[in-house]
Amino acid sequence: MSDAPAIHVRGLTKRFGQLLAVDHVDLDVPRGRVYGFLGPNGSGKSTTIRMLCGLLTPTGGDIEVLGLRVPQQAEDLRRRIGYMTQSFSLFTDLTVGENLEFIAEILGVPRDRKRARIGELLERYHLADRRDQLAGTMSGGQKQRLALACAVMHEPELLFLDEPTSAVDPESRRDFWEALFELTDAGTTLLVSTHLMDEAERCHRLAILDRGRLVADGTPDALTGALEGRTWLVESDSPRRAQHALVGAPGVLGIAQVGHALRLLADEGQGDGFGGRVEHRLREAGLSVRLRSTSPSLEDVFVAATRSAERERAA
Amino acid sequence: MNLRRLWAIMQKEVRQMRRDRITLAMILVMPIVQLVLFGYAINLNLRGLDAAIADQAQTSGSRALVMDMLATDVIRPVATAHTPEEVVDLIRRGRINVGVVIPPDFEARRQDGRPVAQVLVDGSDATVAGAAAQLAQTPVDSRLPDARAPYTSTPPVPRIVVTSFYNPERRSAINIVPGLIGVILTMTMVLFTAIAIVRERERGNMELLIAMPLTSSELMLGKVVPYVLIGLVQTTVILALGRWLFDVPIRGSLLDVYLAALLLIASNLTLGLLISSGARSQFQAMQMTFFVFLPSILLSGFMFPFSGMPTVARWIAELLPLTHFLRLIRGIMLRNAGLFDLWGDALALVVFTAVMMTAAILRFRKRLD
Repeated sequence: MSDAPAIHVRGLTKRFGQLLAVDHVDLDVPRGRVYGFLGPNGSGKSTTIRMLCGLLTPTGGDIEVLGLRVPQQAEDLRRRIGYMTQSFSLFTDLTVGENLEFIAEILGVPRDRKRARIGELLERYHLADRRDQLAGTMSGGQKQRLALACAVMHEPELLFLDEPTSAVDPESRRDFWEALFELTDAGTTLLVSTHLMDEAERCHRLAILDRGRLVADGTPDALTGALEGRTWLVESDSPRRAQHALVGAPGVLGIAQVGHALRLLADEGQGDGFGGRVEHRLREAGLSVRLRSTSPSLEDVFVAATRSAERERAA
Repeated sequence: MNLRRLWAIMQKEVRQMRRDRITLAMILVMPIVQLVLFGYAINLNLRGLDAAIADQAQTSGSRALVMDMLATDVIRPVATAHTPEEVVDLIRRGRINVGVVIPPDFEARRQDGRPVAQVLVDGSDATVAGAAAQLAQTPVDSRLPDARAPYTSTPPVPRIVVTSFYNPERRSAINIVPGLIGVILTMTMVLFTAIAIVRERERGNMELLIAMPLTSSELMLGKVVPYVLIGLVQTTVILALGRWLFDVPIRGSLLDVYLAALLLIASNLTLGLLISSGARSQFQAMQMTFFVFLPSILLSGFMFPFSGMPTVARWIAELLPLTHFLRLIRGIMLRNAGLFDLWGDALALVVFTAVMMTAAILRFRKRLD
């Protein structure tokens, strides 16, 4: 049983009128790990998560979460999963304590356990001194911790987090991820959606979504490793002009300016000769540059995956 | 249905309501303001209408009739006229609302039983017409005691005399206050629940609630029950103020009054829920509420007599909870009727509630799409 994936999805599709929000996604999420959904806004992350929780009815495809068929058995599933919504969905006009109490009652936490459990959560998520504060008056980070505390109230086996740290400063974000890893240590499976690369790097495993399609998946290392030798750094006194000269150049998949340098992503099969060809092209344009190979990042993975998907579509 | 979860929802609603000071104040202030407004300002029996009287008979009998009419305070003579033509002209020019013409053959007409006087009304104002009808009731026959004497062979003069048994002074407050319980409950109860579910959706709480192991009926009932208490508080405020300010009697049993109020509260809350399950924003919910509220005020018999309405309007009125409640509450409070004497209207409210609640629960999907 524990070897079976927490989430098993085949051909998941969701259509809103003309818009194809999720397009035949296959997914296997292993247990006890942090699984990331990386993608820009509108790539279908939230829609997929909502279908997995049984909040949206899929247009097509099969979903099995913790061995239960969704949406048919969604009601049974609700007791075993936690879901942290993208925007704060707790009651702003209730206090921290009242919110936790309400959630505990609804989730049916046994009466004799309730007080202890709420105290435990207040302590763990550093909310003990805010117990009587109205939830609406708290900072983004505090709200996030309260939402997490509510989502894990019943110690769910599987926790969905939809862009949990988008409204949070970097320091709170680090604390928040500490809390998430604590949960995986206890055996909880986490599915986190994000559009932040640094957040995606923390995941055990990643799926990259683009316009409703799953364009790549694997561990962050495997994904970046596959691009080894294809990423280059061009240092130049006038990076803007250099970028101009390289637009449309054969073999260049992506260009991004990083300070005084340009980051280049080479097309598949360009080999080691790519550096020389680029340097030559820039010299011809009258630019003096220095070129060196650099290690690939998740951003490169993302660009590579989405660009090749685009080409497939165009072909 | 899990009682613990139901209780949790109710507790949450009450806590949120307690923090919303303005709404809380409205719950108490609105009945008071409306009661005072309707009780004092909107006097359906107009008094002091501008009038002219052309008494062409000038007998002691005709003068006595004029004095009786003036004694009702409905009219106030502001102009003098001697002929019917002059009276008509005054009305046309808007100088007066009502004209009274007593023809020269007044005494002969009275003996023959023919109409003795004519009341000319500015019909462009419906309320004035109503007031004039009241004026026409001034008893003429009382001056001729033998005309009604049971032993005379001549039958009594057929005249349309409307007699009000239960409100002899024709004070509108007595009619209005019981009805006002219904109007205020209709306005507040429908609105509160109409907004209740939409608000959760607008604030983003709905996604959380749907993701919870909660059934639709737990959510719906838990949201409705706290408002029942508020409705009963409002009922009490109106009853107490009505008694204190306007001497409105409660002739029937107080328990029946509250039972009738409960039936109306239940009907309105469930109607509100149904609106809430269909509306997309609080603004829409409010608009839909007024869509129900307006016909309730106009057709239920609260403002205009039910009997004067065209058939279609009556059908619509029968679908409105307020119509049935008005019949119940006026019966109980003014005619000392029991709730069971009026079982038809009580049953109508029960059926309405059941239908609305079922429809609301069925309509509400535990899905975001």
